[in-house]
Amino acid sequence: MRVHFLTEVHPSYFIQNHMLNRIPVLFILVLLTCGWNSAGQENNPLKEGAKACLRCHGEPVYTLINSFTDQSQKKMMNPYLIIDSVKFHQGVHRTFNCTDCHDSGYETYPHSADLKMMPMANCLDCHGGDDTYAKYQFERIDEEFIKSIHVQHVGDKFTCSSCHDQHYYQSVARNASSVQEIVDYNNEMCKDCHGSTAKYRLLTDKMQRPLNEIHDWLPNQQLHFDNVRCIECHTQVTDTLMVSHNILAKEQARKNCSECHSANSVLRASLYKYENLQSRSGKGTLNAVIQNESYIIGANQVPALKILSIIFLVLALAGIFTHSFFRFLKK
Amino acid sequence: MTTEKIYFYPVWLRIWHGFNALGILLLIITGISLHWSGDSPLISFKTSVLLHNISGIVVSVSYLLFFFGNLFTSNGFQYQVKAKGLAKRLMKQMRYYAYGMFRHEEPPFPLSEKRKFNPLQKYSYILVMYICLPILILSGLALMFPEVIIEKVYNFSGIFLTALLHSILGFMVSLFLIIHLYVASIGKNPLKNYRSIITGWHEMNH
Ligand code: HEM
Ligand code: HEM
Repeated sequence: MRVHFLTEVHPSYFIQNHMLNRIPVLFILVLLTCGWNSAGQENNPLKEGAKACLRCHGEPVYTLINSFTDQSQKKMMNPYLIIDSVKFHQGVHRTFNCTDCHDSGYETYPHSADLKMMPMANCLDCHGGDDTYAKYQFERIDEEFIKSIHVQHVGDKFTCSSCHDQHYYQSVARNASSVQEIVDYNNEMCKDCHGSTAKYRLLTDKMQRPLNEIHDWLPNQQLHFDNVRCIECHTQVTDTLMVSHNILAKEQARKNCSECHSANSVLRASLYKYENLQSRSGKGTLNAVIQNESYIIGANQVPALKILSIIFLVLALAGIFTHSFFRFLKK
Repeated sequence: MTTEKIYFYPVWLRIWHGFNALGILLLIITGISLHWSGDSPLISFKTSVLLHNISGIVVSVSYLLFFFGNLFTSNGFQYQVKAKGLAKRLMKQMRYYAYGMFRHEEPPFPLSEKRKFNPLQKYSYILVMYICLPILILSGLALMFPEVIIEKVYNFSGIFLTALLHSILGFMVSLFLIIHLYVASIGKNPLKNYRSIITGWHEMNH
């Protein structure tokens, strides 16, 4: 289950946020009772603040002290507000305090109802115009993203976090050791809305048709779903961007098989451009074709076999030609 | 001069051969289009997939006719392997094709009711019909239902290996067909063998 904060905020708000550091009594009590010593987290521990929040938001059941009865009481956590602490710890933002993005008002419990209405920082507030992140090309991604059908249809409500869950985000395309990993991670993002009515309804009132019905023209549907990313056909490939972000209208999606199933397959410029994958796992190009990529009819020809087959063909034809020549001569 | 005729090719065999020949011709053309898709001006990928699948099924079903026909009728005797002296017989026939026939020698293995193929013919038919085609059909069916293929064999994609095997055998059958078509034209009248596989009656050479 995921929590999404879709509204945006002015950067100055974000800075103020850090300055407010009130830690109320209840908060300290919670910290004291918290026995956080799992071995895996030791080398890269979560921030104390994050641990404090996860004390309740990392579990399906939380304990509070009822100020009327003065007794401790157990309650169920709203499943949409539960953060998977393991996944959080694997994500790129694991060193954050929750209040780096969420209002520091959340440090008190019960949380004030107004806090829900507070605008939140968006990705570019931190990542925009920052040289540390230049190689990720956040601004160019934003430009492409704004052209995408998502923004065109849904407008400002559609933000980076509609697809990329900041809590768990990992830079998979850059760090994965297999294409399969990239495909799985990517397609999960799309299926998160397009395969679930609840999240889809958060953004649009349109009716949703099941994915397998929409794609019933596609032969070997499941094989395609499992082995290529949705964005292979649904974006315009941009060579200079790691991942294309301009999701096209469905009318413009690729439907011509041979764009992928051919020697100069577009997949070379998209899914299979992550050559660093191959060097990372220590495999050469041919090996990579055989081992890393799924087999694509029409795109994976074996050059040695091509030469061999031409040689055999020429030999057979030459034999036939010579034989018929002598047949004609000796008639 | 009257030509002596023997009934070599029963109806079921001719029906099989007709479907098989047309099917395999289509399979080769669409197979090439699939493999060289993009640079191939022949047939579009999508159409090729459809035609290849249909003709693949036609060839597979008609293979059953061939298989059971040979199992239950006397035609199967023509396909019995006799290992003893095989190399010698093959050499003899090869020598005839490469040399003897140009000097108008008598064929070393004259055809009769008992022996409708010469040794080279017989063993190339056995090779194609009992080894190449079954593997081609099985790998083809596997590609048609790729979910049945083992995902990884060691580090290799199972589909890759299947498609590789399929393409290599497809190529071998294509070579066979070219040679088959040529060799069938050898005889007094280059067309008479083509006639017989349609009418069923083999015309003796003399
Ligand atoms: C002489 C006969 C045949 C030839 C020359 C041939 C050739 C080929 C070639 C070249 C490919 C493309 C493989 C690649 O590029 O990796 C292919 C794919 C395929 N073949 Fe065949 N094939 C033959 C018979 C069959 C048969 C008998 C079947 C079915 C029982 C079959 C089913 C398939 C299937 C399913 C594919 C995958 C593409 C598709 O879904 O249509 N083939 N074949
Ligand atoms: C356009 C395509 C074809 C033509 C014109 C053709 C022609 C012939 C002719 C004339 C014969 C009788 C003479 C002989 O046995 O040599 C024959 C027999 C035969 N052909 Fe073909 N053929 C074609 C395709 C094929 C294919 C694709 C295969 C198998 C993959 C095949 C397998 C055989 C076999 C096994 C026999 C012997 C049948 C028997 O008597 O048991 N042929 N063909």
